[in-house]
Amino acid sequence: MEVQLIKIEKRNDVSRSIYFLTPVLAIFLTLFGGGIIFYILGFNPIEALKFFFITPISDLYGLSELLVKATPLCLIAIGLSFCFKSNNWNIGAEGQLIFGGIVGGGVALLFYNHDGFYVLPVIILSGAIGGMLFAMIPAILKTYFNTNEILVSLMLVYVAKLLLDYLVVGPWSNPEGFNFPETRQFSESARMPILFEGLRIHAGIFITLITVFLSWLILYKTYLGFQIKVSGLSLKTAKYAGYKGKTMIIIVFMISGACAGLAGVGEITGPIGQLHRNISPDYGFTAIIVAFLGRLNPVGIIFASLIVALTYLGAETAQIFLQVPKYTGQVFQGMILFFLLGSDYLLFFKIKFLGLKKNEL
Amino acid sequence: MSFDLNFIGILIGAIMASSVPLILAASGELITERSGVLNLGVEGMMIIGAISGFALMVVTDNLFFAVIGSMLSGLILSLIFGLLTQSLLTNHVATGLALTIFGIGMSAMIGKNFVGIPGKEFPLLFLNLKESTPFLGPIFFGHSIILYFAFGLPFLTNYFLKKTKTGLIIRAVGDSPSSASNQGINVKLVRYSCILYGGAMCGLAGAYLSLIYTPQWIENMTGGRGWIALALVVFATWSPIKVLIGALIFGGITISQLHMQAVGLRIPVQLLSALPYIMTIIVLVVISRDSRKIKLNTPTSLGQIFYKEK
Repeated sequence: MEVQLIKIEKRNDVSRSIYFLTPVLAIFLTLFGGGIIFYILGFNPIEALKFFFITPISDLYGLSELLVKATPLCLIAIGLSFCFKSNNWNIGAEGQLIFGGIVGGGVALLFYNHDGFYVLPVIILSGAIGGMLFAMIPAILKTYFNTNEILVSLMLVYVAKLLLDYLVVGPWSNPEGFNFPETRQFSESARMPILFEGLRIHAGIFITLITVFLSWLILYKTYLGFQIKVSGLSLKTAKYAGYKGKTMIIIVFMISGACAGLAGVGEITGPIGQLHRNISPDYGFTAIIVAFLGRLNPVGIIFASLIVALTYLGAETAQIFLQVPKYTGQVFQGMILFFLLGSDYLLFFKIKFLGLKKNEL
Repeated sequence: MSFDLNFIGILIGAIMASSVPLILAASGELITERSGVLNLGVEGMMIIGAISGFALMVVTDNLFFAVIGSMLSGLILSLIFGLLTQSLLTNHVATGLALTIFGIGMSAMIGKNFVGIPGKEFPLLFLNLKESTPFLGPIFFGHSIILYFAFGLPFLTNYFLKKTKTGLIIRAVGDSPSSASNQGINVKLVRYSCILYGGAMCGLAGAYLSLIYTPQWIENMTGGRGWIALALVVFATWSPIKVLIGALIFGGITISQLHMQAVGLRIPVQLLSALPYIMTIIVLVVISRDSRKIKLNTPTSLGQIFYKEK
């Protein structure tokens, strides 16, 4: 009997162009998969996809909304890329976003009857510090007690959510708010400046863009960035080279937490303008998809954040026109990540045919 | 405030009922994790189980099909996870997360036409004994068959892992896939089976919610229970019996929240709700700081991709 021998081995030479093209492939496969799901649910797939991906951005307001949603997603994903590049699995960005929002919001409430140019920068800074401190919990526990950062950062998401809930229902609720679970509206000087009259796009986008640029500098032009990448590729090499692993873990978590905190404070001082129970539609979790789709690369993440932001917008439009639930966006988000991760197999492994061999028993 | 014995019995019965989905999902995930696979998709598989069970109950009017269907749907979702992580060697964390996000979205899409439909009464066993036996009645009787199954499951799981050959193989694969592989064990097959079993149990946990606990379909009705189940496995340091104890503690906290409000105690509800998560972190620190303890309890290869050159 003759058998065909197959060998699957790891590629050492991953082509850069294919590396950035597979996300595009994943997006097309997602559209295809989404079309099939819409068809099964009894919709015209082309029509439904049009409502989902084209209608929302066919006017200026829609484009502005796209940027409003991409702003936090991109910011968080950039921060996460530091963690993921160095093999630190911070999946609690949602909690860090909320905690940043709580700290920034608390400061905004302190200043609710103040005016002055200094108010907004202080709020933004305190939000970033809040997110940073919250992210340091899993980092410190990981470095000193060897705990699993995935589980700790995840558990803390719920702690942050419940803390926010407690604050907006209890001590921070609006004294004139008829017991609604929300705080006062922040003062004008505590709000992100709106860029264009009538649209919601706000100055937070500059924070995101500056962060993207700084991350690119750190990741590709500094020794720290080099250390982060080496630790991600091979922990043994990093140890051999004498990198201070513990310090680095804490630094990447701090960066990522600060970014998430900034995103949180950007939301509450931008589109929301107060604290309430739902300051984030799971941006912290969705940003994980953005980070992967963007290949942990600052420029890639910008594009990825726009695409994933479109799934949020598309779900809102589809909810109105097709009467599908708003969670439909998550079907697309999940599928994108499935297809992306799956297509990586072809990228990192090659199948070798070693020819026929006599099978001797 | 008067606490009569019967009231405490009813309270314990309620705590048991609220811990069932946690026991089921966590016991399933425990087996998956013991084989070295970390599936963060528990919440997604639970919610898909919840809607599939409910939808099938409405469509077929048959509770048996509904329960089996919910397990199958959880299993199908876990099969996606298996294909990706085991055959296409994707990252466990990212894939599991995608599974949860996908599952929540998918359940809402399927469930669109099932919102507001009343559920069917699920048969409860020994109802007459529940009424006639004081104190012990509400604890031991008048539950659904799934509850009895859930309370037996941790003991079965414990026996299975510790005393059977298959259990030993699963633990070997989780602790050192390469050694297991060298011993001639088909690591992939073992891991696939464990993933599928975990998926089916999560589906069943979802069905318990939508068919028995709150018999109706509400979007996002699992409400984070999948994540608690994940925490529970760690909280229990991968021991099935401790999963049972942990689930009762977590269930007790859920029920006491409701009663605290009724009694008017001045502890913030949110603090109570946060306790399970904070306790899990503390347990995690306690078991992780001692490297011997972690070696004894944690599946060593948890979440790591294993691939064999063929």
